[in-house]
Amino acid sequence: MKTPSQTVGPYYAIGLSRRNEHELVAPDDPAGIVLHGALLDGDGVPIVDGMVEIWQPVERLWGRSGTHPDGTFAFTISKPAAPAGQAPHLDVYVFARGLLKHQRTRMYFPDEPAANATDPVLAGLDEGDRARLVAEQDDGGLRFDIHMQGGHETVFFAT
Amino acid sequence: MSEIVLPDDPSFGPEVQVDYPGYRSTRLRAPKRPLVTLPEEAHSLDGPVFGEDALDEHDSDLTLQHEGEPLGERIIVSGRVLDEDGRPIPGALVEVWQANAGGRYKHEVDQHPAPLDPNFSGAGRVLTNADGNYRFVTIKPGSYPWGNHENAWRPAHIHFSLFGRAFTQRLVTQMYFPGDPLFEFDPIFHAVRDPKARELLVSQFDLATTTPQWALAYRWDIVLGRGGSGTTPFEEQSS
Repeated sequence: MKTPSQTVGPYYAIGLSRRNEHELVAPDDPAGIVLHGALLDGDGVPIVDGMVEIWQPVERLWGRSGTHPDGTFAFTISKPAAPAGQAPHLDVYVFARGLLKHQRTRMYFPDEPAANATDPVLAGLDEGDRARLVAEQDDGGLRFDIHMQGGHETVFFAT
Repeated sequence: MSEIVLPDDPSFGPEVQVDYPGYRSTRLRAPKRPLVTLPEEAHSLDGPVFGEDALDEHDSDLTLQHEGEPLGERIIVSGRVLDEDGRPIPGALVEVWQANAGGRYKHEVDQHPAPLDPNFSGAGRVLTNADGNYRFVTIKPGSYPWGNHENAWRPAHIHFSLFGRAFTQRLVTQMYFPGDPLFEFDPIFHAVRDPKARELLVSQFDLATTTPQWALAYRWDIVLGRGGSGTTPFEEQSS
């Protein structure tokens, strides 16, 4: 039997935010893209004691960002290559106080409409869920909000 | 601590009940919709790999990170990281963090009126060795109150974060100490509804790994889930 999960609790930063691990590529890398977003609870209130980890499976790049006092997180990434048969994406894991097990989702890229249209994961979702997994381009880079609950609840995957 | 009712339900097995109502902060944070199973072609048995450069000096000994020694009972915590088939996982990154002996975290949000210890930061990192073993030296953390319900106290625990071979084996959990009288009142512990699974969160006192005249010891093995969705048999990677 596997060891059960428990929450990261409110003080995870002591152990998990000791290093700068949110830059998967150097911030001055010409291919670098700022990825930012907010982690929101069921009332739409920013989660200030959450943490997001991302994984680019093809490039084998990993990073994590704690949420800031306004509930936002930020990374510097490079656009990942597409895994065989799928659209380019990030694996995204969400941790927080009040979350007894981390939740897994994916982030896709808005400049890949053709690849996204044939991605086997997106294909299994309804239109709203599909749209919520695709980041938006804004002035600051790519924006990807994660809603734990509510009408905009992000789709989470079984692990 | 009256009227705390935390009933068992073995049908949950090793899975924590993510929307467990006894832990109030789950109410607005646990997803409401069922999890979606990924199609087979989206399964991955890969994940980040960490090396020695992930470690800082004294990361495996939380009593050596400052000029003086921290107050409290010095302990050795060790064990193995295994997969569900009982095979050791070498090179797994194990990160720990904890309160000090008085039950206070070195974190600005923690306002528990217990003293901070200038000689204790409460964080460490190690990699498992070729046999999947890890080992830390630390001090035994104290219990502390929290705001979940009237007179709520957390059993003493050490937070653990683990990376196995696949990112899908990622685990964040808490290690408890045997015989803690606060177990029966703690909704976070009881959010693991199966009492057999809860036992897997409790370390064992281990005389064999103590250092005589110096430190007591606790053993705690950690079993990570399979890669993929949990329905695909784990395949040994050739690389």
